Amino acid sequence: MIIIGEKISVIAKKVREAMNARDPKPIQELADAQWKAGAHFIDVNIGPAEEKGEDLMKWMVESIQQVVHAPLCLDTTNASALEAGLEAHNNEWGRALINSTSNDPERFPILELAAKHNAEIIALTVGKGGLPADAEERCGIAAEIMARAGEYGVPMEDIYLDPLILQVCTTQDQAMHSLKAIQMFQELNDPPMKTVVGLSNISNGVPKEMRSLIDKTYLTLLMYEGLTAAIANPLDKDLMDVMKTTEVFLNKTLYAHSYLDM
Amino acid sequence: MSFVVPKESFNGKVLSVDFGAGDKSLVIGGDSALPFLAFEGEIPNKPVIAHEIQDCAPDDWPETVRNEYKDVSGDPVTWAKHCQDQLNAKAIALRLVSTHPDRGDRSAEEASQTIKDVLAAVNIPLIILGSNHIEKDASVLVSAAEAASGQNCVIGKAQEGNYKTIVAAALAHNHKLIAMSELDINLAKQLNILITQMGFDKEKLITDPMCSALGYGLEYTYSVMERIRLAGLAQNDPTMQPPIFGDVGMYVWKVKETVAEENEVPDWGTLAERGVAWETLTATSMILSGTNLLVMRHPRAIENIEKTVDELV
Repeated sequence: MIIIGEKISVIAKKVREAMNARDPKPIQELADAQWKAGAHFIDVNIGPAEEKGEDLMKWMVESIQQVVHAPLCLDTTNASALEAGLEAHNNEWGRALINSTSNDPERFPILELAAKHNAEIIALTVGKGGLPADAEERCGIAAEIMARAGEYGVPMEDIYLDPLILQVCTTQDQAMHSLKAIQMFQELNDPPMKTVVGLSNISNGVPKEMRSLIDKTYLTLLMYEGLTAAIANPLDKDLMDVMKTTEVFLNKTLYAHSYLDM
Repeated sequence: MSFVVPKESFNGKVLSVDFGAGDKSLVIGGDSALPFLAFEGEIPNKPVIAHEIQDCAPDDWPETVRNEYKDVSGDPVTWAKHCQDQLNAKAIALRLVSTHPDRGDRSAEEASQTIKDVLAAVNIPLIILGSNHIEKDASVLVSAAEAASGQNCVIGKAQEGNYKTIVAAALAHNHKLIAMSELDINLAKQLNILITQMGFDKEKLITDPMCSALGYGLEYTYSVMERIRLAGLAQNDPTMQPPIFGDVGMYVWKVKETVAEENEVPDWGTLAERGVAWETLTATSMILSGTNLLVMRHPRAIENIEKTVDELV
């Protein structure tokens, strides 16, 4: 199971302040902590970054990879900032992952960047219009994105399909639709398509003390359906322990009494 | 339509472990494919067979194999030199049998002297094995590690009941270490985790999932070894990537088929050939399941396996 550490986000006040002040220390500490907790990628969410986006993303990538020897997941809607990040990214520890394209024409240039910079890419199965109603609609959108990715020269194995997890507290029936989508996405290609979710979306809007429980319970169901990767909080030890335990049940890792330590 | 050979490739790799000092030192492991399937990956090193000797006369070995060493086995140094110079041994495994409380109870100091004498007499790599008495090995192997300091030996076996002191000694004196568990892949993994949690590099570890002889549980050993190899290669489990150790001789040369006299079991054929065949077949199964380092007794069985390895590689 691939964990994409979600903690470095413009939404977090501490991170935002460090970004604005170009103070690398808090960001490096957060990246390092997530890496040591088992994150395979570190998500770098700088938001729309309309002002000096290129400069900011480049600085973020370089600052983080100074301390963390892992690939990054570059998360911005600003295509030129994204390109600056891809250029700065050190591929020694793995290729960068782009977060994200979709079926919205405004997001198509992002596919071109993935092909140009040999990066992997997350594809949200949403279009320009409203949210997808069910798993079948998500698959239809996925197929359109895959066809377009092919035109841009992005290999299918570099794409992570994201069904877009919606919050359980307001759209309860969507939890099952997304699970089904994870299963159906894999059948769209041989070898199976990779899949990813923004896990904490499921618990958006629920009381804070219940979020971890909801996240990790949903994660086990997603993993059972064959989920490849999750954007999640690796510093949530309970969540990571549940993930490791599920991997034991799924025969992805070999049991030993100390499996949680690994 | 032409036939394309299906190939499996793995993300994981068996760790390479070197042992011995100087130009006779050896490397085992490094495989990125299942045993002998070199077309699927790299198999840079052949399995190594160490000739077993012990620190006292092999009174408990059956005659077939005891006779092979009758002129040299009274003294471990002579025996070691015989293996190196006459039998072209690649490595020697010295078992400190006489330190066992029931087999003479020799002290750790005496064992250390034997080790020093053997090391001074040969230049091929040395594997130092305790008497497999949990408490006694804890002190004997600590002294052994010190006596062989700087020689990059393989010492063992560290088990659940005594690993802490043995690991510390191997760490302090820079030896490779055999970690042994009893025919259970999950326990093998657990012991490797516990040992590495003490700060011992997994790159210096060798796993012994416990051997057995043909007809006496060999299929369990085979299956555990094969699953260890698959966990290391296919699941890329770093705790399951050390090379595998097979203590073949001690399990083979006590079973009925290698001991029973011809007049007792006339249908079974010549005793001498039977014993060699039994050790050869057991060891063949071991190398096919992924064993990288074997300890064997009969010179002809060892020759058979070395020949088989050369043919398969």
